Amino acid sequence: MFDFSDSRRTIGRRRFLQGAGVLGAALAAGPAWADASVTLNLPGGPNEREFTTSFPEKGRMILQRTRPPLLETPLEVFDQGVFTPNDQFFVRWHWAVIPDQVDAAAFRLAVRGHVNSALSLSLSDILALPRVELAAVNQCSGNSRGLYQPRIAGAQWENGAMGNARWTGVRLRDVLDRAGVKAGAVAVRFNGMDEPVVDGAPDFMKSLDIDHARDGEVMLAYQMNGAQLPLLNGFPLRLIVPGWYSTYWVKMLNDIEVLAAPDDNYWMVTAYRIPDTPGANVKPGETGFKTVPINRMVPRSFFTNLTGATTVKPGASVPVRGIAFGGDCGVARVDLSVDEGRTWQQTTLGRDEGTYSFRQWTAQVAAPESGSLTLMARCTNTKDVTQSAEPTWNPAGFMRNVIEHVRVPVAA
Amino acid sequence: MALTIRLKVVLCAASAVAVGCLVAGVPPLRTLLSVFPAQAEQASPPGAPPAATAVTAAGITLHSVSVDLPGSDRMFPGADADAINNNCLACHSAGMVLDQPALKRAVWQQEVEKMRSQFKAPVDEHDVPAIVAWLAAHKGVE
Repeated sequence: MFDFSDSRRTIGRRRFLQGAGVLGAALAAGPAWADASVTLNLPGGPNEREFTTSFPEKGRMILQRTRPPLLETPLEVFDQGVFTPNDQFFVRWHWAVIPDQVDAAAFRLAVRGHVNSALSLSLSDILALPRVELAAVNQCSGNSRGLYQPRIAGAQWENGAMGNARWTGVRLRDVLDRAGVKAGAVAVRFNGMDEPVVDGAPDFMKSLDIDHARDGEVMLAYQMNGAQLPLLNGFPLRLIVPGWYSTYWVKMLNDIEVLAAPDDNYWMVTAYRIPDTPGANVKPGETGFKTVPINRMVPRSFFTNLTGATTVKPGASVPVRGIAFGGDCGVARVDLSVDEGRTWQQTTLGRDEGTYSFRQWTAQVAAPESGSLTLMARCTNTKDVTQSAEPTWNPAGFMRNVIEHVRVPVAA
Repeated sequence: MALTIRLKVVLCAASAVAVGCLVAGVPPLRTLLSVFPAQAEQASPPGAPPAATAVTAAGITLHSVSVDLPGSDRMFPGADADAINNNCLACHSAGMVLDQPALKRAVWQQEVEKMRSQFKAPVDEHDVPAIVAWLAAHKGVE
């Protein structure tokens, strides 16, 4: 059985040794520095990031931005299991005015707009509604943006702007039904308690079509993985939109507005748009294409126990392990190639925790006698959509899902 | 420009410019927004933290939360950094920019314009060339 704590020590020591060559004796005193930073693999860099434990209710995270916070989940967390611990779940805020206090007793969720009766719901009211539970991956639209070439301005995530949790809460449909959606409603808009720093800047809001909002899967979560949400992950309520990118998963949700006309707010009509092309793919510099709001996720798979910094012994039988998700549906299969994609072998899928969850996959491969073990992992979802063989590109760096490669050196 | 920066930043700006207080290591900016109702605050002695409350219903308890979010004292380096330090740190910390890849000058120009026009950043247009120049010099590519 893989021992996570041992793995961490190995990574720490490797980093320590790398650093010692450059910085010399000053660092020889202790391994504390070894875990103080991480080297990402973004083409052209910069690749050094600090680890931080300074954020409330959060553990050790890769610091991408202090204010407003952007915190990335370290890769090794995904090897521990398919559910991402709350204290290492990634964090992403658009605006720096984030309430630092939330009184559970005073909190109210407004449900208003094109409804028969506007509501002001307390957390007690919401807890009393029928309870639902669902495992779902929450992934930033721009997860892995830092890996695009040419590079793109924005949060320079590697692959850790994603996480999977078991969400507990209530169906959005049940909340909307209590208010009574009027005929003619076309969309539902969601707003949280965060605010722009400057007046006149666009408050962060997102909307879903009315039929999507009422599909019985979209929910308001008050727990993730059996505990209340960390404030930075959206306490006390977060919108859960299974299979859709995280931009829709509005945090600190306190306002739901049913709209009788399409939402024209900035975050729907200007930001978070993708090219309306297959795979949202365009050529760098291309213009004149139609765009649509980003929406459903696409399949991905990742290696979690091997990186280019690990080594394998000559001829060894090597356990290979990773996670996958189908995007807007389940994982049908994850295939592994050891010959640059010429042939593929099916991996063994772990327990199915639900359509929208991470799914672990495992395989055993033989290492070559010398050189390196080159691996590729490819997820195909239950709609028979498979990962992109070649990297795609779009101006905002969204929806990356190219087949992952890892080249592990053989070393005796 | 007569844009009002919200209270959180104004407090900071009162000691110097927004940037100055970051440099001086003033404790992390605290959000003044609160969802505590006025009567709850009046019930507490001045300066005392609001009483921790919780809501329990249907077998689940949700506890009130009060946290401190860390600030950053990172600055843009160099003798040419006054404009970028004075204009850009009210909305976001410097690390976001310092960790960007090298980008073309035209891309940096677009980014600064986006901050002004779309995100309403109160950046004086006379400072834009100096900001873009810093970005092109320190984070640029031909």
